[in-house]
Amino acid sequence: MSGGPLIAAHRLTVRHAGAARAILQDVDFSIRSGEIVTVVGPNGSGKSTLVRAVLGHVALEAGEIRRQPELRIGYVPQRVHVDDRIPMTVRRFLSLPRRISDAAASAALSRTGADGLQARQITRLSGGQFQRVLLARSLLHAPQLLVLDEPTQGLDQPGIVAFYQLIEEIRQQTGAAVLMVSHDLLVVMRASDQVICLNGHVCCHGTPETVSAAPEYQALFGVDSAQTLALYRHRHDHDHDQSGLPQGDHACHLGAEHGALRHVR
Amino acid sequence: MFDDFLIRAAIAGLGVVLAAGPLGCFVVWRRMAYFGDATAHAAILGVALSLALGAPVYLGTIGVAVVMGWLVAHLAGRGEAVDTALGVLAHGALAFGLVAASLIPGLRNDLNAWLFGDILMVQHADLLWVWGGATLVLGLLIWRWQALVTATVNEELAMASGIAPGRERLILTLAMAVTVAVAIRVVGALLVSALLVIPAASARGFARSPEHMAVMATLIGAVSVAAGLGASLSADLPAGPAIIASAALIFLLALPFRRS
Repeated sequence: MSGGPLIAAHRLTVRHAGAARAILQDVDFSIRSGEIVTVVGPNGSGKSTLVRAVLGHVALEAGEIRRQPELRIGYVPQRVHVDDRIPMTVRRFLSLPRRISDAAASAALSRTGADGLQARQITRLSGGQFQRVLLARSLLHAPQLLVLDEPTQGLDQPGIVAFYQLIEEIRQQTGAAVLMVSHDLLVVMRASDQVICLNGHVCCHGTPETVSAAPEYQALFGVDSAQTLALYRHRHDHDHDQSGLPQGDHACHLGAEHGALRHVR
Repeated sequence: MFDDFLIRAAIAGLGVVLAAGPLGCFVVWRRMAYFGDATAHAAILGVALSLALGAPVYLGTIGVAVVMGWLVAHLAGRGEAVDTALGVLAHGALAFGLVAASLIPGLRNDLNAWLFGDILMVQHADLLWVWGGATLVLGLLIWRWQALVTATVNEELAMASGIAPGRERLILTLAMAVTVAVAIRVVGALLVSALLVIPAASARGFARSPEHMAVMATLIGAVSVAAGLGASLSADLPAGPAIIASAALIFLLALPFRRS
C-alpha cells in the first residue's frame, strides 16, 4: 500500500443541472488508509452528494477526485428499503451481485455480530440486524475504504453506540479507512480521527477537538453542542464503563445537543 | 388421441410461460403490472399497424411494444407521475389500436383473437416465433440475472457494484416487449399481464429466494396452461381466459398455505 491518501478531492463542485446554487462548492478533503473520517452538517448541506461523488455516482462540475488505482470501496447506503415482495435470505443477499462462498459469508457475518442470520429473510430482520448484514456485505471484498451514509438511522441510542464500537473494531481488524456521514454528532465525533463540517462548502475540518472549538461549527450546531462535546470527552477520560454507554446526567446533555441540532435545521 | 392442434397449443403455452414465469417475478417485485398492461395494449396497435403495412405481425408487435416500453421508462425517469402517465399511455394505445383495427378489414373480424388469444389456432410458424422469443427472453434474464436482481433489491447498492440500473431497466423493457408479442396469440393482449403477475404472485407466498420464486412461477404457469387447455377442450371454454382463470384459482387455493 502506498503512503498517499486513498482518495483525495480537490475543489470539488457539484451542481444539479440548471440550479443556481451548487450543492458542493470547492470542497477539499482526503482520506488516508485506516483513518475514520466523519462528515457532519445540517440537512441539505450536501453530505449525501459528497458520498455519491466519492463513489463516482455524480458528475462533477469542477474539481477532481483522485482515487488510488483499483481502490476497493465497501458501501452502506442511507435507508435501504427492500420491498418484501422479493424473497431474499441473508445468505442470498450477500451473493449479490458477486457470488461468494459459504465460508466467506459466515466470516463476514460473524465479523459484524450477525452470526446465524443466514437463513433469515432480510425483510424480517430488525433495523439493527439489517444494518449489521449490510455492513457484512460491504466487507465481503476486502475494502480499503468503507463508505457509510447515516448508518445508524433508525437505531436506538445503545444501538448507535454499539454500532460505532463495531466500526472501530472493524477498522482495527481490517485496516480499512472509514468515511461516514452522521447526525449523531456526539458519539461519532468521539470515534473519528478527522471531522469534516459541511454546509455546501467545508466550514471547518480537523480533529474532533479542533472542529468542536471552531466558531463555524458552533454557529452551525450551537455553542451548547460544542460544550456538551467537550464535557463528554472530559467525562469519557475518566469513565471506563465497559458498555461505552453515556451515563448519568450526560443523557440530558445529549438531549440538549439533539435539540440544538434540530433547531438549526 | 391428442389432436395436432392441441399439442401445438400446449407447446406454445409452455414456451410462453418459460419467459413469463421469471419475467413475471420482476413485474411483481418492481410493481410493473401496469407497465405490462401498457406494453400489451400497445401490441394491439402494433398488430393493426403491421397488417396495414403488410409487415410481419410479430416484428411489428415487438417494435411498437418496445417503443411503448421506452416511452414509459422515459416518462418515469423524468419524474412524471408514473401512474397517470401509464394510465394515459396504456389506455390511449388500446383505444388507438382498436380504432386502427376497425379500419383494417382483415383485423376487424379477427379482433377477439388478438384481445383474448387464440391458442388453439396456433400454427407451426407461430411455434417458431413463440419458442424463439421465449428462449431469447429467458436467455437474456439468465445472462443478466445477478445484475437484474441486485438492481431490483436496491439501485444504490447496484450502482456501487458497478451495475447501471438504467441498463437493467432497459433489458426488462425489451424482455417485456418480446414476451408480450409472443404471448398475445396465446392469452391475448388483455390478459398478458395477468399471465405475468398471477403465477408469480402465487409463487411469492412459498419462495425463499428469487430463483426459487422464478422456477415456481414457471411451474405454476405451466400447470395453468395445461388446466386451461383441458377445460377449454372438455367444456368448450375460450382457451386464453380459461388459462388465466386456472392461474387465478391456483392463487386462491394456495392462499391458506402461504408461508410468508
